[in-house]
Amino acid sequence: MSTQTEPKKPLNEFEAGLDKADKAVASFAQDDKTLTHVLRKFLRDYPTTIPALVLIMSVLFFGAFANNFMTPGTLSLVLKQVTVTGIVAVAQTLIILTAGIDLSVGAILVLSSIIMGKLSVDLGLPPFLAISIGLFFGGLMGWFNGILVTVIKLPPFIVTLGTLSIFTALKLWYSASQSIRGSDIRETAPSLLFFGERISFGGFQITYGVVALLVLAGLVYYMLNHTAWGRHVMAIGDDPDAAMLSGIRINRTLVSVYAFAGLICAFGGWAAAGRVGSISPIGFDDVNLQSITAVVIGGTSLFGGRGSVIGSVLGAIIVGVFTTGLSLGGVDDYWQQFAAGCLVLVAVALDQWLRRATK
Amino acid sequence: MTNVQPILSARGLMKRYGQVVAMNGADFDLYPGEITAVIGDNGAGKSTLIKALSGAVVPDHGQIFLEGKEVHFKRPDDARNAGIETVYQNLALSPALSIADNMFLGREWRKPGLLGKVFRKMDHARMQDFARDKLNDLGLMTIQNINQAVETLSGGQRQGVAVARAAAFGSKVIILDEPTAALGVKESRRVLELIQDVRSRGIPIILISHNMPHVFELADRIHVHRLGQRLCVIDPKKHTMSDAVAYMTGAKEPDTELELA
Repeated sequence: MSTQTEPKKPLNEFEAGLDKADKAVASFAQDDKTLTHVLRKFLRDYPTTIPALVLIMSVLFFGAFANNFMTPGTLSLVLKQVTVTGIVAVAQTLIILTAGIDLSVGAILVLSSIIMGKLSVDLGLPPFLAISIGLFFGGLMGWFNGILVTVIKLPPFIVTLGTLSIFTALKLWYSASQSIRGSDIRETAPSLLFFGERISFGGFQITYGVVALLVLAGLVYYMLNHTAWGRHVMAIGDDPDAAMLSGIRINRTLVSVYAFAGLICAFGGWAAAGRVGSISPIGFDDVNLQSITAVVIGGTSLFGGRGSVIGSVLGAIIVGVFTTGLSLGGVDDYWQQFAAGCLVLVAVALDQWLRRATK
Repeated sequence: MTNVQPILSARGLMKRYGQVVAMNGADFDLYPGEITAVIGDNGAGKSTLIKALSGAVVPDHGQIFLEGKEVHFKRPDDARNAGIETVYQNLALSPALSIADNMFLGREWRKPGLLGKVFRKMDHARMQDFARDKLNDLGLMTIQNINQAVETLSGGQRQGVAVARAAAFGSKVIILDEPTAALGVKESRRVLELIQDVRSRGIPIILISHNMPHVFELADRIHVHRLGQRLCVIDPKKHTMSDAVAYMTGAKEPDTELELA
């Protein structure tokens, strides 16, 4: 049967010419130096540059063309207005990085803040305890989303569409569709309104909510870029199969992402109470879409795996600058929405252009 | 030869996907310091066998032994922790992450002291140095930037990164699934040299390939898989490629004594 005579290392005939071939394996052709290529590479390496530039340009633009825009008062107002959207956008970024989407963020936010308010105002719990319980329930709602996404394996869009209705119903039931008045809160639990208080310097009035947003964004940035958990979140959004084969516990990580996002939303509920000064079961209905808008304008890809939380905060501020700037310029409400819509489309188009690595 | 204890072996592995029987009592043996190639027709159950050995699939029945001790892999990281590294056909790299991030995905090193323990800070610098060293060892370091996203690399470079990752961490066994399938002639040759390089360090390798010249060049033994079972194990020095193809496709039955080889 065996008639083969084997040389020690048979070099197949068709490979004989290889000896003369270039032995370098992984050398790079010099990158194309045309302006578009250089620009694209730079933007791909530092994706937050785009929202940062857009923000600077829009601030300068409205500073030049809208009355009273470039004043400390207006700029502080913009920041104050984007506090809640910004905080929710941080949570939304985490979810979108895993290639998911969370439509229930607004409902979690409102329900958590109602829990905090009812417990402290109606039941007279110490504010610290009431807030902790509210945060816990926020995390629990997020965890529930995460379980549905991982264990039942439903698409995140469907899961959070369902829980959006469920949490909305629960918030109306628990609050009996009644607001908790600001005066009651101030009397019994003033620390619920902590994030509405402000620090003043030189005409600027920065609320603690804005500070909290920046600290939170910094914390999540650190978690995403300097901890293994952050790498895993990115990897799961990028390619779940590859992440699984690399030994990442996908379900565990995803559940932690959803739960953490819920916790952040509950925190946003606390900040929202301070921002508005009272707690209403029907407020913050549009924060879902606003948070997604902010994330997308901030350069995070809806396909997962790419993006940054800093970009999302910048995205939220950009929307705030546009709406405030346009209304100061005397532009009607619906044109403000129009502008926000255009921003989203431009942002997504840009993302697609960057992702096309060749040509 | 039969007195040597196999480093990795499997007995009677079964796996069904609904009505489809992917493995029907498959056996497998890998001996220390050797390259065992697994060949078989499409649908013979090679991939399922490999996935069972690497923890990506949990077999319905059967046993897997690593160094004589029975192991139960529930997840790929179980197998990785046991020292079995796998380079999958699709490479299992995360395109948007950097080369260094990919090499350490799922086993990141943390900073020593408080920063690592309490704040869970990763040790980027040390991981990058290690990744650079490993790529250098395998002669892959014409890649200038270890922080480059994997998606910017060519197919051969990605393969190199995946092999380097396996070689860097695979302490007991390395499994390579179709390592040259997507590569050109020159790049294939480079990967084959990489494989020999890894073997020369004493790490046994399981090689799955459809490329008979590559299999016959590298393998110490060839495991022929057919219809979800091990049909026979042949010695590439005593058999021709056409023998192997004949066994694999069922055109020829192997002699009975071969099954013990």
